[in-house]
Amino acid sequence: MTDTVTSTPELIDGVYREGAPIADSKAPGGDIAGKWTTRKFEAALVNPANRRKLSVIIVGTGLAGASAGATLGEAGYQVKSFCYQDSPRRAHSIAAQGGINAAKNYKGDGDSVHRLFYDTVKGGDYRSRETNVYRLAEVSADIIDQCVAQGVPFAREYGGLLDNRSFGGVQVSRTFYARGQTGQQLLIGAYQALERQIAAGTVEMYARHEMLELVVVDGKARGIIARDMVTGEIETHLADAVVLASGGYGNVFFLSTNAMGCNVTASWRAHRKGAYFGNPCYTQIHPTCIPQAGDHQSKLTLMSESLRNDGRIWVPKNAEDCDKDPREIGEDDRDYYLERIYPGFGNLVPRDIASRQAKNMCDEGRGVGPAVDGVRRGVYLDFADAIGRMGEDAVRSKYGNLFDMYERITGENPYQVPMRIYPAVHYTMGGLWVDYDLQSSIPGLFVTGEANFSDHGANRLGASALMQGLADGYFVLPNTIRDYLAKGPFTKISDDDPAVVEAQQTVTSRLEKLLSIDGTRTVDSYHKALGKVMWEKCGMERTEEGLREAIEEIRALKADFWSNVRVLGAADGLNQSLEKAGRVADFLELGELMCIDALHRRESCGGHFRAESQTEDGEALRHDDEYAYVAAWEWGGDDEAPVLHKEDLVYDFIELKQRSYK
Amino acid sequence: MKLALKIWRQDGPADAGQMVRYDIDGVSEDSSFLEMLDLLNEQLITSGEDPVAFDSDCREGICGMCGVVINGEAHGPERTTTCQLHMRSFNDGDEIVIEPWRADPFPVIKDLCVDRTSFDRIIQAGGFISANTGSAPDAHATPVPKEDADRAFMAAECIGCGACVAACPNASGMLFMGSKVTHLGELPQGQPERGARVVAMTEQHDLEGFGGCTNLGECTRACPKGIPLNVISQLNADYRRAGYGGSSAD
Repeated sequence: MTDTVTSTPELIDGVYREGAPIADSKAPGGDIAGKWTTRKFEAALVNPANRRKLSVIIVGTGLAGASAGATLGEAGYQVKSFCYQDSPRRAHSIAAQGGINAAKNYKGDGDSVHRLFYDTVKGGDYRSRETNVYRLAEVSADIIDQCVAQGVPFAREYGGLLDNRSFGGVQVSRTFYARGQTGQQLLIGAYQALERQIAAGTVEMYARHEMLELVVVDGKARGIIARDMVTGEIETHLADAVVLASGGYGNVFFLSTNAMGCNVTASWRAHRKGAYFGNPCYTQIHPTCIPQAGDHQSKLTLMSESLRNDGRIWVPKNAEDCDKDPREIGEDDRDYYLERIYPGFGNLVPRDIASRQAKNMCDEGRGVGPAVDGVRRGVYLDFADAIGRMGEDAVRSKYGNLFDMYERITGENPYQVPMRIYPAVHYTMGGLWVDYDLQSSIPGLFVTGEANFSDHGANRLGASALMQGLADGYFVLPNTIRDYLAKGPFTKISDDDPAVVEAQQTVTSRLEKLLSIDGTRTVDSYHKALGKVMWEKCGMERTEEGLREAIEEIRALKADFWSNVRVLGAADGLNQSLEKAGRVADFLELGELMCIDALHRRESCGGHFRAESQTEDGEALRHDDEYAYVAAWEWGGDDEAPVLHKEDLVYDFIELKQRSYK
Repeated sequence: MKLALKIWRQDGPADAGQMVRYDIDGVSEDSSFLEMLDLLNEQLITSGEDPVAFDSDCREGICGMCGVVINGEAHGPERTTTCQLHMRSFNDGDEIVIEPWRADPFPVIKDLCVDRTSFDRIIQAGGFISANTGSAPDAHATPVPKEDADRAFMAAECIGCGACVAACPNASGMLFMGSKVTHLGELPQGQPERGARVVAMTEQHDLEGFGGCTNLGECTRACPKGIPLNVISQLNADYRRAGYGGSSAD
């Protein structure tokens, strides 16, 4: 499927080489509205009697993994499902708060599949693939039907019908929600469907297992090497196809809204085996998180973006008011800066704009809250107007759990004092490159949900992650993977196949190496150091100079890690330091690739702002003539430059425009 | 803050465990309880001692992975998850005793980590609505009265952490099970399997070695999501309605 590497011999920018472009994403022809129907029809069918002879490994049990496991199990395939947590129900999809989009048009406010498609492409700043996004919008309505049938308790109106709300960056109400716990309710639905298949014997569950290597035989993905995190046993699991639904890599920044265990290892091991990594520098910084309080902090907590529907964001007009009690700052001395700069969208501007403007306000010295490293990094999110308009009880019924969480973490009561918020890393739009079928550049390796790069371009709209995870798992993958599985029966692979043995040895020798260094620094200290470099130099705002420094700093950190890390204990039992060490080692390699990707993309686009590329009034400036492509990176080898393959983004149905939310 | 920690250390499921004392200094009262343990572990690693194993993942109170008994209370003195408990709930100089969930159906894996797969097996027994992908009618085909949807949602807030079991002198899992039975039983979509569900889940619950409910209410007091005791009443009512009165579920 992929072109052979014909990379240019010379290094570009001193850090990468360029290979052959990707000619085809394998989407069917015809009008955009008919492509998915065409693909489903053309994808080969597998006779029900043959399905039980075909096996699929799924890594990850979040929305994209659990839904795929349940659906493939129901269809009758043999599924093995893996997660690093103690139960599939813990996957981090559970923490998504706000909601899930679907083009149901239940409100009759002009929504449609085409509008959701359009909004998503525009929200992604014209850096996503039209065909995939259209399909996402097309299947979105089916997701809601499926979830309601499973018993997902979405919010309802008094007439018994489902309620909707509007959500960051769009002007229609298409977001379904379950108070501030939508991700939890959707994941529990998918988890229950998965458990039902475990009981039925179609899915075998491997909890507390971590994938540490991909097995590739004759160019095809045929299994994984996993570590049983309780016994330490290194296990080989072989199958006819492998699906990675292992989530995003926001934890490369150390502090993010991700769970502690979220990691890139499954994706990165596949990348090292030949899977291209798409747009690694596309990360989403979420505007409404609780600001960092100090050095002890292990993670940042998101406050749902839905809060922006009713809260008003402001900072003091005058820097000298920043340490005052906000309630004592008069209306005339407040700067509701989003409403001022973007009167059309106000507090509902897309995430990247809301994030960057918050940073600008703090950089101007008008931030609020405690100073960390000498700067106050926080802005107010004020509910006084909403409480006046709706009453405190109505605000409590809408956002009660979020307000409680805020108070628990900060010790401040947001019904009385405005919340303080600041941007934090939340989601990664980049991920393993996939074609229209969600197949990576390794045949037989499919990638779903946040782990793939596909649908959100350079920025993701609110309430679209849950939509994509479930779209991929319930409706897209089960239809496309059958076309691959229909080529079976596949050659049987034995456990002593040279490719299997090589993969096992890679895993064991790496674990031995990590345990034998016996240096002086803890794994977490490296992780924190990496995170700081990434946040400062590959975060919200990037410069050529900063990225070049970051690449050098990460290389030095990586060298130090492999000579001076301290991992205690042994590999033959539960060893959380060893688990972390392997993940951080992969983050160090990923971090460098993210900086290289960010360096080569000399434009401001979506979630990231490149200081050298801005308009006269300081807004992001895209360069469609040069950068309207997906950057798909091929692993170049240890200490070798990665190879860039460009997939041109062709817009047949939507006209490219510079975004304007003014 | 300066603290004296007494922590349960146990190498593996088959090993005997013991309480070990650690003194720790320089804890910020703005840090979470687990961040305090992170700090302890950094110090232990630096001094060449095996760090304390404990489970946590989301650290925002929703995944249900964390949970330890703190000074005798599941998740500690506040009504929240261990990860959302902050050190401002303690005083400088306090002694804090930290133990794993203790219940036969939750065997200790190492230190503070326990095996809660018994909960997954209870869900496998019937904690679902059988609706294969692709078979669903339009989401608006069946209106659901708001009060039913709200009660279903309230019960569905259970995060499966196991604090209810750890708090219960009988190690009963009935608050966990009752919340699932209530969540699915309040919805029209859950009616066809309602009777079979409660019977199958209860059988599995007993098989795993969880005890029966004697209405002490410790479970609901420990529940970080505030699931009320009346989900157990609903569980019992459903069980009787299914024609199996008089067994352990009563």
